[in-house]
Amino acid sequence: MGYETIIEDDIDILVAGAGLGGTGAAFEARYWGHNKKIVIAEKANIDRSGAVAQGLYAINCYMGTRWGENTPEEHVHYARNDLMGMVREDLAFDMARHVDSTVHQFEEWGLPLMRDPKSGTYMREGKWQIMIHGESYKPIVAEAAKKSADKVFNRVCVTHLLMDDAKENRIAGAVGFNVRTGNYHVFKSKTVICGAGGASNIFKPRSVGEGAGRVWYAPWSSGSAYGLMIEAGAKMTQMENRIVLARFKDGYGPVGAYFLHLKTYTQNGVGEEYESKWYDDTKAMVGDYIDHHPTPTCLRNHAFISEVNAGRGPIHMVTMEAFQDPHLEEIGWHNFLGMTVGQAVLWAATDVDPKYENPELTTSEPYVMGSHATGCGGWASGPEDLSPPEYFWGYNRMMTVEGLFGAGDAIGGTPHAFSSGSFTEGRLAAKAACKYIDDGKAEGISVSDKQIADLKEKIYKPLETYKVYSNEVVAGTVNPNFINPRQGLDRLQKMMDEYCGGFGVNYMTNEKLLSIGLKKMKALEEDLEKVAAQDLHELLRAWELKHRMRTSECVFQHTLFRKETRWPGYYYRGDALHLDDDNWHVLTVSHRDRKTGEYTMEKAPLYHLVSEDEKEVTEHVH
Amino acid sequence: MPTFVYMTRCDGCGHCVDICPSDIMHIDKTLRRAYNIEPNMCWECYSCVKACPHQAIDVRGYADFAPLGHSVRVLRDEEKGTIAWRIKFRNGKKDFDLLAPITTKPWGTGIPKIAELPEPSDDMRNSQLLFNEPKYVRMDDGDLNTLESNGLKLKEGVYY
Repeated sequence: MGYETIIEDDIDILVAGAGLGGTGAAFEARYWGHNKKIVIAEKANIDRSGAVAQGLYAINCYMGTRWGENTPEEHVHYARNDLMGMVREDLAFDMARHVDSTVHQFEEWGLPLMRDPKSGTYMREGKWQIMIHGESYKPIVAEAAKKSADKVFNRVCVTHLLMDDAKENRIAGAVGFNVRTGNYHVFKSKTVICGAGGASNIFKPRSVGEGAGRVWYAPWSSGSAYGLMIEAGAKMTQMENRIVLARFKDGYGPVGAYFLHLKTYTQNGVGEEYESKWYDDTKAMVGDYIDHHPTPTCLRNHAFISEVNAGRGPIHMVTMEAFQDPHLEEIGWHNFLGMTVGQAVLWAATDVDPKYENPELTTSEPYVMGSHATGCGGWASGPEDLSPPEYFWGYNRMMTVEGLFGAGDAIGGTPHAFSSGSFTEGRLAAKAACKYIDDGKAEGISVSDKQIADLKEKIYKPLETYKVYSNEVVAGTVNPNFINPRQGLDRLQKMMDEYCGGFGVNYMTNEKLLSIGLKKMKALEEDLEKVAAQDLHELLRAWELKHRMRTSECVFQHTLFRKETRWPGYYYRGDALHLDDDNWHVLTVSHRDRKTGEYTMEKAPLYHLVSEDEKEVTEHVH
Repeated sequence: MPTFVYMTRCDGCGHCVDICPSDIMHIDKTLRRAYNIEPNMCWECYSCVKACPHQAIDVRGYADFAPLGHSVRVLRDEEKGTIAWRIKFRNGKKDFDLLAPITTKPWGTGIPKIAELPEPSDDMRNSQLLFNEPKYVRMDDGDLNTLESNGLKLKEGVYY
């Protein structure tokens, strides 16, 4: 292939993927590293990249500590409760104690945060959420990142992390290709902060055909955070903890503002309240967790799914009361235009006026990510002043690979960070990465020409495969020598849906199904060595697919390992249909051997943030 | 097909190509105008619609569930700091405008250039503080929240 190799050398901090986490990292790194070389590599354009590209109408993580609204530990309790106990509470507390400084800076930068006219505080949507006019949220934070970074490489898709050839298990930068010019980019860097995204589109979506892009999380969130880090040998945690969203049907428009601010509520197809009907059933599965307030999201999903399966669907959102107030009606529409325009398009297309008609809700296909209301991601060190020994190895937000840091979806065990928390995690990672360099931990890094050349060959192989084999057939997409990225994605989604608990099987799986799925996954992995790309755009899709495949494999491994049903409503282990605190009140941690591809699974202890006199729960459900 | 481009309005400037987060707005080599090459990877995020200087790009809801005949149009203006929407229903019964601010300051002026600010002290480096902290993280003038300051412990076991 005739693509140029462009080497960017002597980088101190490489930000791989610049959504909210990555922009936070680039911005903050300049403060702790005035003379350091800070470089961003982003597969799209940082002005509109990542999950917040479209904008947001709320910031879902703001304590309001300076106004005495909430404390960081209250937020940790909230996240713990919502995730049925499974949270890295050191990381969660750390994020929560810093996040307000992030949010107030956003306001100083020009992001329009709504204020409560009476109290002067930020307008609350809920206990943790504040309302914003966030159409330009991403362009504004991108501006901050650009002011701090030395260079921004837009349209460079990072495909692999570079490893140090001098010292085992140490990072040395990253490589990728420019999706416009095709050039091969090598970033030699002392540290990498992985700000890449979580995974949409790994489970078969409910939408079909053209609508397959209408997924809840952005279709460009290709699981690259996990694909990149797993390949580098970083340990992962809670990858089984996928999330299923109860959202407006088809458009997946957000419901947060509707529930919390507009005070709309749900009912079944015959107009009844249904959640309480499933109380006993849920109690038998999870015990006291059903008595917690607010009810954990997965358990509300469980009632939703059960009610629909009992034949009393669809579930409706009762909007007809709230929407009689013109002010609330306007907020309802603004809420979509600010973050999910497609839902407004859908209601306009189907003449759904929520003032006169209660819209339908649905439960989505599952998503694997770590910044919204779930905590998949890398197993990262916590800060030195908080973390117990099992959670601490020197530098805040550093993975188990030296010099590799993460933020946003990349960090595991930190649900409910959302946009502001992800940006904050980027800031924390940046400070720690600067310290890592200043402590001399990145001395003597060496990257062989062979590693660089081998990765170049690997990256462009799909183009080569296409060139060699496409003319063997007359025309069309059917070829015995290769599959194209779309065909591979369809296969992955079908496999995940049927064997790993997608919507098509009512989120149900078991050991047998998971084992079959893993076998099929192996064949897909082999076939992806033969994925073909006819142009640079397809090459981008080929690498996104490989990242999605690696993510999915890890999800299979974790789901197989955790022999319980911890989150009914997110997924069910049919062969272990109960929450099991005796054996599984732990975090799951995986490690994929870089050379053999074998996974090792372990249980990591779960530490909870408690007051001095708090008593342990000793009566568990079995 | 999510976004589409009107033939007579597009001049092939490439703003949409430059901004699309999904890399699906490309220039057709023969017509030298932009089009959506992969509608099933379009999120209807409107980034290209907002970026188009000629309002040449529009959205037609996903074919698998959205009937024809609706319209959601937008005009984003960085100088005015506003975004204006117009929503029209398929049955023509609803046709309304909505306006929202997108920024409170002239574009980019509120963001500090950190390289021009003083470097942090060693004390600051050795603390848990981030840039500009402890401003905004406490109600009083105190320092960052810690386990000690909040009377907390991290304990193994089952708590909920």
